Amino acid sequence: MRTRRKLLDGFLNVYAGLALLYLLVPIAIIIVFSFNDPRGRFNFIWQEFSFDAWTDPFGGPVPGIGDALATSVEIAVLSTLVATALGTLTALALVRYEFRGRAPVNFFIFIPLATPEVVLGAALLSLFLNFSVATGFSTILIAHIMFNLSFVIITVRSRLIGFDRSLEEAAQDLGATPWQTFWLVTFPLILPGVISAALLAFALSLDDFVITNFTSGSTITFPVFVWGAARVAIPPQIYVIASMIFLVTLAAMLLTVWQQRRAERMASVRPEPA
Amino acid sequence: MRGRLKKAGLPYALLLPGLGWLLIFFVIPLAYMAFESLKIGTLDTGYTFNWEFANYTEALSDFSEQFARSFEYAGLATLIALLIGYPLAYVIAFRAGRWRNALLLAVIVPFFVTYLIRTLSWETILSDSGLVVETLRTVGIVSEDGRLLDTTVSVVMGITYNYLPFMILPLYASLERIDVRLLEAGYDLYGRRRDVFFRVTLPLSMPGVVAGTLLTFIPAAGDFINAELLGTPNQFMIGNVIQSRFLELADYPTAAALSFILMALMLAVVLVWARVAGTEALLGTEGEARR
Repeated sequence: MRTRRKLLDGFLNVYAGLALLYLLVPIAIIIVFSFNDPRGRFNFIWQEFSFDAWTDPFGGPVPGIGDALATSVEIAVLSTLVATALGTLTALALVRYEFRGRAPVNFFIFIPLATPEVVLGAALLSLFLNFSVATGFSTILIAHIMFNLSFVIITVRSRLIGFDRSLEEAAQDLGATPWQTFWLVTFPLILPGVISAALLAFALSLDDFVITNFTSGSTITFPVFVWGAARVAIPPQIYVIASMIFLVTLAAMLLTVWQQRRAERMASVRPEPA
Repeated sequence: MRGRLKKAGLPYALLLPGLGWLLIFFVIPLAYMAFESLKIGTLDTGYTFNWEFANYTEALSDFSEQFARSFEYAGLATLIALLIGYPLAYVIAFRAGRWRNALLLAVIVPFFVTYLIRTLSWETILSDSGLVVETLRTVGIVSEDGRLLDTTVSVVMGITYNYLPFMILPLYASLERIDVRLLEAGYDLYGRRRDVFFRVTLPLSMPGVVAGTLLTFIPAAGDFINAELLGTPNQFMIGNVIQSRFLELADYPTAAALSFILMALMLAVVLVWARVAGTEALLGTEGEARR
Protein backbone atom coordinates (compact mmCIF):
# COMPACT_ATOMS: atom_id res chain seq x y z
CA MET A 1 0.00 0.00 0.00
CA ARG A 2 2.72 2.44 1.06
CA THR A 3 4.91 1.71 -1.92
CA ARG A 4 1.95 1.92 -4.27
CA ARG A 5 1.13 5.36 -2.94
CA LYS A 6 4.76 6.46 -3.34
CA LEU A 7 4.78 5.10 -6.85
CA LEU A 8 1.62 7.02 -7.72
CA ASP A 9 3.07 10.21 -6.24
CA GLY A 10 6.24 9.79 -8.23
CA PHE A 11 4.29 9.08 -11.38
CA LEU A 12 2.16 12.18 -10.87
CA ASN A 13 5.20 14.39 -10.40
CA VAL A 14 6.91 13.01 -13.49
CA TYR A 15 3.71 13.49 -15.49
CA ALA A 16 3.42 17.11 -14.32
CA GLY A 17 7.09 17.64 -15.17
CA LEU A 18 6.51 16.35 -18.70
CA ALA A 19 3.49 18.64 -19.06
CA LEU A 20 5.65 21.60 -18.07
CA LEU A 21 8.28 20.48 -20.55
CA TYR A 22 5.64 20.43 -23.29
CA LEU A 23 4.78 24.03 -22.38
CA LEU A 24 8.34 25.29 -22.25
CA VAL A 25 10.27 23.43 -24.95
CA PRO A 26 8.84 25.43 -27.90
CA ILE A 27 9.79 28.66 -26.12
CA ALA A 28 13.31 27.35 -25.50
CA ILE A 29 13.54 26.35 -29.18
CA ILE A 30 12.73 29.92 -30.21
CA ILE A 31 15.45 31.36 -28.02
CA VAL A 32 18.01 28.73 -29.08
CA PHE A 33 17.21 29.09 -32.79
CA SER A 34 17.54 32.87 -32.57
CA PHE A 35 21.27 32.08 -32.29
CA ASN A 36 21.24 29.81 -35.31
CA ASP A 37 22.98 30.60 -38.56
CA PRO A 38 20.60 28.85 -40.95
CA ARG A 39 21.40 27.74 -44.48
CA GLY A 40 18.61 28.72 -46.81
CA ARG A 41 15.54 30.73 -46.02
CA PHE A 42 13.95 28.64 -43.29
CA ASN A 43 15.23 28.40 -39.76
CA PHE A 44 14.28 24.77 -39.11
CA ILE A 45 17.56 22.91 -38.80
CA TRP A 46 20.35 23.72 -36.37
CA GLN A 47 23.53 24.70 -38.20
CA GLU A 48 25.87 26.69 -36.02
CA PHE A 49 25.91 29.20 -33.21
CA SER A 50 25.96 32.82 -34.27
CA PHE A 51 25.28 36.27 -32.84
CA ASP A 52 24.55 37.62 -36.33
CA ALA A 53 20.79 37.91 -35.93
CA TRP A 54 21.12 39.51 -32.49
CA THR A 55 23.62 42.13 -33.65
CA ASP A 56 21.41 42.95 -36.65
CA PRO A 57 17.85 42.26 -35.42
CA PHE A 58 16.13 44.53 -37.95
CA GLY A 59 18.08 43.34 -40.97
CA GLY A 60 18.08 39.92 -42.52
CA PRO A 61 16.75 38.66 -45.85
CA VAL A 62 13.23 40.08 -45.39
CA PRO A 63 13.28 43.86 -44.85
CA GLY A 64 10.72 45.82 -42.89
CA ILE A 65 10.78 43.94 -39.60
CA GLY A 66 11.78 47.04 -37.61
CA ASP A 67 8.99 49.19 -39.04
CA ALA A 68 6.48 46.42 -38.41
CA LEU A 69 7.58 46.16 -34.78
CA ALA A 70 7.39 49.93 -34.33
CA THR A 71 3.85 49.96 -35.73
CA SER A 72 2.85 47.13 -33.40
CA VAL A 73 4.23 48.89 -30.35
CA GLU A 74 2.56 52.16 -31.32
CA ILE A 75 -0.82 50.47 -31.73
CA ALA A 76 -0.35 48.51 -28.51
CA VAL A 77 0.43 51.67 -26.50
CA LEU A 78 -2.47 53.67 -27.91
CA SER A 79 -5.05 50.89 -27.71
CA THR A 80 -3.94 50.09 -24.15
CA LEU A 81 -4.36 53.70 -23.05
CA VAL A 82 -7.83 54.08 -24.54
CA ALA A 83 -9.13 50.62 -23.61
CA THR A 84 -7.83 50.90 -20.04
CA ALA A 85 -9.40 54.32 -19.52
CA LEU A 86 -12.79 53.39 -20.98
CA GLY A 87 -12.78 49.91 -19.44
CA THR A 88 -11.94 51.20 -15.97
CA LEU A 89 -14.87 53.63 -16.07
CA THR A 90 -17.19 50.83 -17.15
CA ALA A 91 -15.92 48.53 -14.42
CA LEU A 92 -16.39 51.28 -11.82
CA ALA A 93 -20.00 51.73 -12.91
CA LEU A 94 -20.63 47.98 -12.80
CA VAL A 95 -19.23 47.38 -9.34
CA ARG A 96 -20.00 50.59 -7.52
CA TYR A 97 -23.53 51.43 -8.58
CA GLU A 98 -26.89 49.75 -8.54
CA PHE A 99 -28.68 50.70 -11.71
CA ARG A 100 -31.27 49.39 -14.07
CA GLY A 101 -29.70 47.13 -16.68
CA ARG A 102 -26.63 46.17 -14.67
CA ALA A 103 -27.15 42.42 -15.00
CA PRO A 104 -27.54 42.47 -18.81
CA VAL A 105 -24.45 44.67 -19.11
CA ASN A 106 -22.48 42.26 -16.92
CA PHE A 107 -23.51 39.48 -19.28
CA PHE A 108 -22.98 41.51 -22.43
CA ILE A 109 -19.29 42.20 -21.80
CA PHE A 110 -18.57 38.45 -22.04
CA ILE A 111 -20.01 38.12 -25.53
CA PRO A 112 -17.05 39.66 -27.42
CA LEU A 113 -14.77 37.24 -25.55
CA ALA A 114 -16.87 34.26 -26.61
CA THR A 115 -16.98 35.35 -30.24
CA PRO A 116 -14.35 33.70 -32.47
CA GLU A 117 -11.66 36.15 -33.49
CA VAL A 118 -12.16 35.40 -37.15
CA VAL A 119 -15.81 36.45 -36.79
CA LEU A 120 -14.87 39.66 -34.94
CA GLY A 121 -12.45 40.55 -37.71
CA ALA A 122 -14.84 39.67 -40.52
CA ALA A 123 -17.70 41.65 -38.94
CA LEU A 124 -15.56 44.75 -38.49
CA LEU A 125 -14.29 44.57 -42.04
CA SER A 126 -17.91 44.24 -43.28
CA LEU A 127 -18.69 47.48 -41.53
CA PHE A 128 -15.61 49.29 -42.81
CA LEU A 129 -16.24 48.12 -46.37
CA ASN A 130 -19.86 49.19 -46.25
CA PHE A 131 -19.02 52.69 -45.12
CA SER A 132 -15.97 52.83 -47.41
CA VAL A 133 -13.60 53.35 -44.51
CA ALA A 134 -10.05 52.87 -45.74
CA THR A 135 -8.43 50.16 -43.60
CA GLY A 136 -5.05 50.89 -42.05
CA PHE A 137 -3.49 52.13 -38.85
CA SER A 138 -6.66 53.72 -37.43
CA THR A 139 -8.92 50.74 -38.17
CA ILE A 140 -6.42 48.40 -36.49
CA LEU A 141 -6.46 50.72 -33.50
CA ILE A 142 -10.28 50.73 -33.38
CA ALA A 143 -10.33 46.93 -33.52
CA HIS A 144 -7.70 46.52 -30.80
CA ILE A 145 -9.52 48.89 -28.45
CA MET A 146 -12.69 46.90 -29.09
CA PHE A 147 -11.30 43.47 -28.21
CA ASN A 148 -9.25 44.83 -25.30
CA LEU A 149 -12.25 46.50 -23.65
CA SER A 150 -13.87 43.31 -22.36
CA PHE A 151 -10.58 42.05 -20.96
CA VAL A 152 -9.95 45.35 -19.16
CA ILE A 153 -13.49 45.55 -17.78
CA ILE A 154 -13.34 42.01 -16.41
CA THR A 155 -9.86 42.38 -14.93
CA VAL A 156 -10.57 45.69 -13.20
CA ARG A 157 -14.00 44.52 -12.07
CA SER A 158 -12.60 41.42 -10.36
CA ARG A 159 -10.16 43.65 -8.45
CA LEU A 160 -12.90 46.12 -7.49
CA ILE A 161 -15.11 43.48 -5.89
CA GLY A 162 -14.33 43.66 -2.20
CA PHE A 163 -13.33 47.30 -2.44
CA ASP A 164 -13.89 49.07 0.91
CA ARG A 165 -16.22 51.98 0.26
CA SER A 166 -15.90 53.31 3.82
CA LEU A 167 -12.50 54.72 2.83
CA GLU A 168 -14.19 56.99 0.31
CA GLU A 169 -16.87 57.95 2.77
CA ALA A 170 -14.16 58.87 5.25
CA ALA A 171 -12.53 61.14 2.67
CA GLN A 172 -15.84 62.84 1.93
CA ASP A 173 -16.55 63.27 5.64
CA LEU A 174 -13.21 65.04 5.86
CA GLY A 175 -14.38 67.51 3.23
CA ALA A 176 -12.89 66.10 0.04
CA THR A 177 -14.75 66.85 -3.17
CA PRO A 178 -15.80 63.83 -5.28
CA TRP A 179 -12.98 64.69 -7.69
CA GLN A 180 -10.37 64.75 -4.89
CA THR A 181 -11.84 61.58 -3.41
CA PHE A 182 -11.45 59.82 -6.71
CA TRP A 183 -7.87 60.85 -7.41
CA LEU A 184 -6.55 60.70 -3.84
CA VAL A 185 -8.41 57.65 -2.49
CA THR A 186 -10.20 55.57 -5.10
CA PHE A 187 -7.63 55.67 -7.88
CA PRO A 188 -4.58 54.67 -5.79
CA LEU A 189 -6.60 51.76 -4.37
CA ILE A 190 -7.69 50.41 -7.75
CA LEU A 191 -4.35 51.16 -9.43
CA PRO A 192 -2.95 47.60 -9.13
CA GLY A 193 -6.03 46.25 -10.94
CA VAL A 194 -5.76 48.95 -13.58
CA ILE A 195 -2.07 48.16 -14.11
CA SER A 196 -2.70 44.42 -14.55
CA ALA A 197 -5.48 45.23 -17.01
CA ALA A 198 -3.20 47.56 -18.96
CA LEU A 199 -0.41 44.96 -19.12
CA LEU A 200 -2.87 42.36 -20.35
CA ALA A 201 -4.26 44.74 -22.97
CA PHE A 202 -0.76 45.65 -24.15
CA ALA A 203 0.25 42.00 -24.50
CA LEU A 204 -2.97 41.05 -26.31
CA SER A 205 -2.62 43.94 -28.73
CA LEU A 206 1.03 43.18 -29.50
CA ASP A 207 0.15 39.53 -30.10
CA ASP A 208 -2.99 39.84 -32.17
CA PHE A 209 -2.89 38.58 -35.71
CA VAL A 210 -6.36 37.38 -36.71
CA ILE A 211 -8.38 40.56 -36.16
CA THR A 212 -5.49 42.74 -37.30
CA ASN A 213 -5.23 40.81 -40.55
CA PHE A 214 -8.84 41.72 -41.38
CA THR A 215 -8.51 45.39 -40.49
CA SER A 216 -4.94 46.22 -41.49
CA GLY A 217 -5.23 47.13 -45.15
CA SER A 218 -1.64 47.67 -46.22
CA THR A 219 -0.36 48.53 -42.74
CA ILE A 220 2.01 45.89 -41.42
CA THR A 221 2.26 44.99 -37.74
CA PHE A 222 4.81 42.51 -36.39
CA PRO A 223 2.44 39.48 -36.45
CA VAL A 224 1.25 40.43 -39.95
CA PHE A 225 4.90 40.63 -41.00
CA VAL A 226 5.57 37.17 -39.56
CA TRP A 227 2.55 35.76 -41.37
CA GLY A 228 3.69 37.20 -44.67
CA ALA A 229 7.26 36.10 -44.13
CA ALA A 230 6.36 32.57 -43.00
CA ARG A 231 5.43 31.62 -46.56
CA VAL A 232 8.70 32.72 -48.12
CA ALA A 233 11.30 32.68 -45.36
CA ILE A 234 11.71 32.48 -41.60
CA PRO A 235 14.87 34.45 -40.85
CA PRO A 236 16.35 34.08 -37.34
CA GLN A 237 15.60 37.80 -36.88
CA ILE A 238 11.96 36.87 -36.30
CA TYR A 239 13.03 34.65 -33.42
CA VAL A 240 15.29 37.41 -32.08
CA ILE A 241 12.39 39.86 -31.91
CA ALA A 242 10.20 37.17 -30.34
CA SER A 243 12.89 36.51 -27.72
CA MET A 244 13.15 40.23 -27.00
CA ILE A 245 9.36 40.53 -26.55
CA PHE A 246 9.50 37.44 -24.33
CA LEU A 247 12.24 38.86 -22.11
CA VAL A 248 10.58 42.27 -21.79
CA THR A 249 7.21 40.69 -20.92
CA LEU A 250 8.83 38.38 -18.40
CA ALA A 251 10.63 41.31 -16.78
CA ALA A 252 7.43 43.40 -16.64
CA MET A 253 5.58 40.45 -15.12
CA LEU A 254 8.20 39.84 -12.43
CA LEU A 255 8.36 43.55 -11.68
CA THR A 256 4.59 43.84 -11.12
CA VAL A 257 4.52 40.74 -8.95
CA TRP A 258 7.39 42.13 -6.88
CA GLN A 259 5.76 45.55 -6.69
CA GLN A 260 2.42 44.08 -5.60
CA ARG A 261 4.06 41.94 -2.93
CA ARG A 262 5.79 45.02 -1.60
CA ALA A 263 2.48 46.92 -1.58
CA GLU A 264 0.83 44.05 0.28
CA ARG A 265 3.62 43.98 2.84
CA MET A 266 3.29 47.71 3.36
CA ALA A 267 -0.49 47.44 3.65
CA SER A 268 -0.18 44.67 6.22
CA VAL A 269 1.98 46.72 8.60
CA ARG A 270 -0.17 49.82 8.41
CA PRO A 271 -2.68 49.09 11.24
CA GLU A 272 0.04 49.01 13.89
CA PRO A 273 0.57 52.38 15.53
CA ALA A 274 4.01 53.81 14.92
CA MET B 1 -18.27 65.33 -12.43
CA ARG B 2 -18.00 67.35 -9.19
CA GLY B 3 -21.25 65.87 -7.92
CA ARG B 4 -23.29 67.97 -10.28
CA LEU B 5 -24.48 64.97 -12.20
CA LYS B 6 -27.55 63.44 -10.65
CA LYS B 7 -26.61 60.26 -8.76
CA ALA B 8 -28.87 58.19 -10.99
CA GLY B 9 -27.15 59.42 -14.13
CA LEU B 10 -23.57 58.88 -13.02
CA PRO B 11 -23.33 55.11 -13.66
CA TYR B 12 -24.70 55.58 -17.16
CA ALA B 13 -22.21 58.37 -17.82
CA LEU B 14 -19.39 56.05 -16.73
CA LEU B 15 -20.70 53.23 -18.90
CA LEU B 16 -21.29 55.30 -21.99
CA PRO B 17 -17.79 55.50 -23.52
CA GLY B 18 -16.91 51.81 -23.07
CA LEU B 19 -20.27 50.38 -24.00
CA GLY B 20 -20.66 52.91 -26.80
CA TRP B 21 -17.42 51.64 -28.30
CA LEU B 22 -18.59 48.04 -28.07
CA LEU B 23 -21.94 49.01 -29.56
CA ILE B 24 -20.42 50.75 -32.56
CA PHE B 25 -17.53 48.39 -33.22
CA PHE B 26 -18.94 45.06 -32.05
CA VAL B 27 -22.76 44.98 -32.09
CA ILE B 28 -23.32 47.06 -35.22
CA PRO B 29 -20.68 45.15 -37.26
CA LEU B 30 -22.34 41.86 -36.29
CA ALA B 31 -25.74 43.23 -37.26
CA TYR B 32 -24.29 44.47 -40.51
CA MET B 33 -22.76 41.06 -41.17
CA ALA B 34 -26.17 39.46 -40.61
CA PHE B 35 -27.49 41.79 -43.30
CA GLU B 36 -24.52 40.89 -45.52
CA SER B 37 -25.18 37.17 -45.10
CA LEU B 38 -28.59 37.50 -46.78
CA LYS B 39 -27.30 39.17 -49.93
CA ILE B 40 -27.10 37.66 -53.38
CA GLY B 41 -24.77 38.37 -56.26
CA THR B 42 -21.17 38.03 -57.41
CA LEU B 43 -18.09 40.10 -56.83
CA ASP B 44 -18.33 41.61 -60.34
CA THR B 45 -22.00 42.55 -60.25
CA GLY B 46 -21.97 43.49 -56.59
CA TYR B 47 -24.08 42.06 -53.81
CA THR B 48 -27.68 43.06 -53.18
CA PHE B 49 -29.92 42.31 -50.24
CA ASN B 50 -32.48 39.62 -51.04
CA TRP B 51 -33.36 37.68 -47.83
CA GLU B 52 -31.19 34.97 -49.35
CA PHE B 53 -31.46 32.29 -46.66
CA ALA B 54 -30.13 29.78 -49.16
CA ASN B 55 -26.68 31.23 -48.37
CA TYR B 56 -26.89 29.46 -45.04
CA THR B 57 -27.98 26.06 -46.31
CA GLU B 58 -25.45 26.22 -49.12
CA ALA B 59 -22.63 27.30 -46.83
CA LEU B 60 -23.48 24.48 -44.43
CA SER B 61 -23.62 21.79 -47.10
CA ASP B 62 -20.60 23.07 -49.06
CA PHE B 63 -18.39 23.24 -46.01
CA SER B 64 -19.83 20.54 -43.74
CA GLU B 65 -16.47 18.79 -43.93
CA GLN B 66 -14.61 21.82 -42.52
CA PHE B 67 -17.26 22.36 -39.86
CA ALA B 68 -17.02 18.74 -38.76
CA ARG B 69 -13.23 18.97 -38.76
CA SER B 70 -13.22 22.17 -36.68
CA PHE B 71 -15.32 20.60 -33.97
CA GLU B 72 -13.40 17.33 -34.14
CA TYR B 73 -10.01 19.05 -33.81
CA ALA B 74 -11.24 21.46 -31.14
CA GLY B 75 -12.84 18.60 -29.19
CA LEU B 76 -9.70 16.48 -29.42
CA ALA B 77 -7.48 19.38 -28.41
CA THR B 78 -9.75 20.17 -25.45
CA LEU B 79 -9.69 16.56 -24.28
CA ILE B 80 -5.91 16.29 -24.60
CA ALA B 81 -5.45 19.66 -22.86
CA LEU B 82 -7.63 18.42 -19.99
CA LEU B 83 -5.60 15.20 -19.71
CA ILE B 84 -2.32 17.15 -19.75
CA GLY B 85 -3.55 20.08 -17.69
CA TYR B 86 -5.48 18.47 -14.84
CA PRO B 87 -2.57 16.55 -13.28
CA LEU B 88 -0.31 19.57 -13.68
CA ALA B 89 -2.86 21.91 -12.09
CA TYR B 90 -3.34 19.33 -9.31
CA VAL B 91 0.37 19.14 -8.58
CA ILE B 92 0.70 22.94 -8.58
CA ALA B 93 -2.30 23.37 -6.28
CA PHE B 94 -1.52 20.61 -3.74
CA ARG B 95 2.12 19.60 -3.99
CA ALA B 96 4.15 22.56 -5.17
CA GLY B 97 4.65 24.32 -1.83
CA ARG B 98 6.80 27.38 -2.26
CA TRP B 99 7.36 26.60 -5.96
CA ARG B 100 3.71 27.31 -6.65
CA ASN B 101 4.11 30.82 -8.07
CA ALA B 102 7.15 29.87 -10.13
CA LEU B 103 5.23 26.96 -11.66
CA LEU B 104 2.22 29.16 -12.40
CA LEU B 105 4.56 31.58 -14.14
CA ALA B 106 5.92 28.68 -16.20
CA VAL B 107 2.36 27.84 -17.26
CA ILE B 108 1.77 31.30 -18.72
CA VAL B 109 5.26 31.68 -20.21
CA PRO B 110 4.06 30.54 -23.67
CA PHE B 111 1.80 33.60 -23.75
CA PHE B 112 4.87 35.82 -23.63
CA VAL B 113 5.81 34.72 -27.13
CA THR B 114 3.83 35.89 -30.15
CA TYR B 115 1.15 33.33 -31.08
CA LEU B 116 2.33 32.93 -34.65
CA ILE B 117 5.91 32.37 -33.56
CA ARG B 118 4.92 29.79 -30.95
CA THR B 119 3.28 27.94 -33.81
CA LEU B 120 6.33 28.37 -36.05
CA SER B 121 8.34 26.82 -33.25
CA TRP B 122 6.23 23.67 -33.60
CA GLU B 123 6.99 23.77 -37.31
CA THR B 124 10.67 23.68 -36.34
CA ILE B 125 10.17 20.89 -33.80
CA LEU B 126 8.11 18.67 -36.08
CA SER B 127 9.96 19.40 -39.32
CA ASP B 128 10.86 16.46 -41.51
CA SER B 129 14.53 16.26 -40.66
CA GLY B 130 14.06 17.51 -37.09
CA LEU B 131 14.98 15.60 -33.97
CA VAL B 132 11.46 14.38 -33.12
CA VAL B 133 10.71 12.86 -36.50
CA GLU B 134 14.20 11.31 -36.73
CA THR B 135 13.79 9.71 -33.32
CA LEU B 136 10.31 8.41 -34.04
CA ARG B 137 11.56 6.97 -37.33
CA THR B 138 14.39 5.17 -35.57
CA VAL B 139 11.99 3.73 -33.01
CA GLY B 140 9.62 2.80 -35.79
CA ILE B 141 6.56 4.78 -34.70
CA VAL B 142 6.81 6.88 -37.85
CA SER B 143 7.61 5.06 -41.08
CA GLU B 144 10.80 5.80 -43.04
CA ASP B 145 9.19 8.42 -45.26
CA GLY B 146 6.46 9.30 -42.80
CA ARG B 147 6.10 12.80 -41.44
CA LEU B 148 4.43 14.67 -38.62
CA LEU B 149 4.22 18.12 -40.12
CA ASP B 150 1.19 18.72 -42.37
CA THR B 151 -0.85 16.02 -40.68
CA THR B 152 -3.80 15.94 -38.30
CA VAL B 153 -1.35 15.14 -35.50
CA SER B 154 0.63 18.35 -35.97
CA VAL B 155 -2.47 20.55 -36.23
CA VAL B 156 -4.16 19.09 -33.13
CA MET B 157 -0.87 19.26 -31.27
CA GLY B 158 -0.46 22.93 -32.17
CA ILE B 159 -4.01 23.81 -31.12
CA THR B 160 -3.61 21.93 -27.85
CA TYR B 161 -0.37 23.73 -27.15
CA ASN B 162 -1.64 27.20 -27.94
CA TYR B 163 -4.69 26.96 -25.68
CA LEU B 164 -3.31 24.77 -22.88
CA PRO B 165 -2.77 27.65 -20.41
CA PHE B 166 -6.48 28.55 -20.80
CA MET B 167 -7.22 25.06 -19.51
CA ILE B 168 -4.69 24.97 -16.70
CA LEU B 169 -5.40 28.35 -15.07
CA PRO B 170 -9.13 27.83 -14.28
CA LEU B 171 -8.39 24.24 -13.22
CA TYR B 172 -5.75 25.52 -10.83
CA ALA B 173 -8.05 28.27 -9.54
CA SER B 174 -10.79 25.80 -8.61
CA LEU B 175 -8.42 23.16 -7.18
CA GLU B 176 -6.60 25.72 -5.09
CA ARG B 177 -9.87 26.86 -3.53
CA ILE B 178 -10.71 23.37 -2.24
CA ASP B 179 -10.65 23.16 1.56
CA VAL B 180 -7.99 20.54 2.35
CA ARG B 181 -9.95 19.54 5.46
CA LEU B 182 -12.61 18.06 3.20
CA LEU B 183 -10.02 15.75 1.69
CA GLU B 184 -8.71 14.85 5.16
CA ALA B 185 -12.26 14.07 6.26
CA GLY B 186 -12.50 11.72 3.30
CA TYR B 187 -9.35 9.86 4.37
CA ASP B 188 -10.46 9.81 8.03
CA LEU B 189 -13.62 8.09 6.90
CA TYR B 190 -11.43 5.38 5.38
CA GLY B 191 -11.88 6.59 1.84
CA ARG B 192 -9.27 5.20 -0.47
CA ARG B 193 -7.32 7.69 -2.51
CA ARG B 194 -9.30 6.90 -5.57
CA ASP B 195 -12.60 7.41 -3.70
CA VAL B 196 -11.50 10.72 -2.26
CA PHE B 197 -10.41 11.91 -5.67
CA PHE B 198 -13.51 10.87 -7.55
CA ARG B 199 -16.01 11.78 -4.82
CA VAL B 200 -14.50 14.91 -3.34
CA THR B 201 -11.70 16.51 -5.36
CA LEU B 202 -13.07 16.03 -8.86
CA PRO B 203 -16.66 17.19 -8.12
CA LEU B 204 -15.33 20.24 -6.29
CA SER B 205 -13.09 21.11 -9.22
CA MET B 206 -15.88 20.85 -11.79
CA PRO B 207 -16.22 24.64 -12.13
CA GLY B 208 -12.60 24.71 -13.26
CA VAL B 209 -13.15 21.81 -15.64
CA VAL B 210 -16.15 23.53 -17.23
CA ALA B 211 -14.44 26.93 -17.47
CA GLY B 212 -11.21 25.40 -18.78
CA THR B 213 -12.88 23.24 -21.41
CA LEU B 214 -14.93 26.18 -22.67
CA LEU B 215 -11.98 28.59 -22.70
CA THR B 216 -10.05 26.01 -24.72
CA PHE B 217 -12.81 24.76 -26.99
CA ILE B 218 -14.29 28.10 -28.07
CA PRO B 219 -11.13 29.71 -29.48
CA ALA B 220 -9.91 26.34 -30.80
CA ALA B 221 -13.04 25.80 -32.91
CA GLY B 222 -12.54 29.16 -34.61
CA ASP B 223 -8.78 28.79 -35.06
CA PHE B 224 -7.20 28.69 -38.49
CA ILE B 225 -3.57 29.56 -37.81
CA ASN B 226 -2.51 26.07 -36.71
CA ALA B 227 -4.18 24.45 -39.72
CA GLU B 228 -2.52 26.97 -42.02
CA LEU B 229 1.01 26.76 -40.59
CA LEU B 230 1.13 23.14 -39.40
CA GLY B 231 -1.27 21.55 -41.89
CA THR B 232 -2.33 21.47 -45.52
CA PRO B 233 -5.72 22.20 -47.13
CA ASN B 234 -6.63 18.65 -46.05
CA GLN B 235 -6.52 19.88 -42.45
CA PHE B 236 -8.28 23.21 -43.08
CA MET B 237 -10.89 24.20 -40.55
CA ILE B 238 -13.86 26.52 -40.86
CA GLY B 239 -11.75 29.50 -39.80
CA ASN B 240 -9.56 28.98 -42.86
CA VAL B 241 -12.63 29.00 -45.08
CA ILE B 242 -14.07 32.16 -43.51
CA GLN B 243 -10.81 34.00 -43.79
CA SER B 244 -10.11 33.01 -47.39
CA ARG B 245 -13.73 33.62 -48.51
CA PHE B 246 -13.57 37.04 -46.94
CA LEU B 247 -10.04 38.24 -47.66
CA GLU B 248 -9.04 36.35 -50.79
CA LEU B 249 -12.25 35.61 -52.69
CA ALA B 250 -14.31 38.60 -51.47
CA ASP B 251 -17.32 36.27 -51.21
CA TYR B 252 -18.80 38.24 -48.34
CA PRO B 253 -22.28 36.65 -48.15
CA THR B 254 -20.87 33.13 -47.79
CA ALA B 255 -18.22 34.24 -45.28
CA ALA B 256 -20.88 36.04 -43.23
CA ALA B 257 -23.25 33.06 -43.30
CA LEU B 258 -20.40 30.74 -42.28
CA SER B 259 -19.57 33.03 -39.35
CA PHE B 260 -23.10 32.89 -37.99
CA ILE B 261 -23.37 29.14 -38.47
CA LEU B 262 -20.09 28.74 -36.57
CA MET B 263 -21.37 30.89 -33.70
CA ALA B 264 -24.71 29.06 -33.58
CA LEU B 265 -22.98 25.66 -33.48
CA MET B 266 -20.61 26.86 -30.78
CA LEU B 267 -23.50 28.21 -28.73
CA ALA B 268 -25.22 24.83 -29.06
CA VAL B 269 -22.10 23.04 -27.83
CA VAL B 270 -21.75 25.44 -24.91
CA LEU B 271 -25.40 25.01 -23.89
CA VAL B 272 -25.27 21.23 -24.10
CA TRP B 273 -22.02 21.15 -22.11
CA ALA B 274 -23.48 23.54 -19.54
CA ARG B 275 -26.50 21.22 -19.25
CA VAL B 276 -24.30 18.20 -18.75
CA ALA B 277 -21.81 19.78 -16.37
CA GLY B 278 -24.18 22.05 -14.47
CA THR B 279 -25.02 25.69 -15.05
CA GLU B 280 -23.82 26.66 -11.61
CA ALA B 281 -20.34 25.52 -12.48
CA LEU B 282 -20.51 27.60 -15.63
CA LEU B 283 -21.56 30.84 -14.01
CA GLY B 284 -19.69 30.36 -10.76
CA THR B 285 -16.19 30.92 -12.04
CA GLU B 286 -16.57 32.75 -15.30
CA GLY B 287 -14.10 35.60 -15.26
CA GLU B 288 -13.89 35.69 -11.52
CA ALA B 289 -10.72 33.62 -11.16
CA ARG B 290 -9.13 34.95 -8.03
CA ARG B 291 -5.45 34.77 -7.27
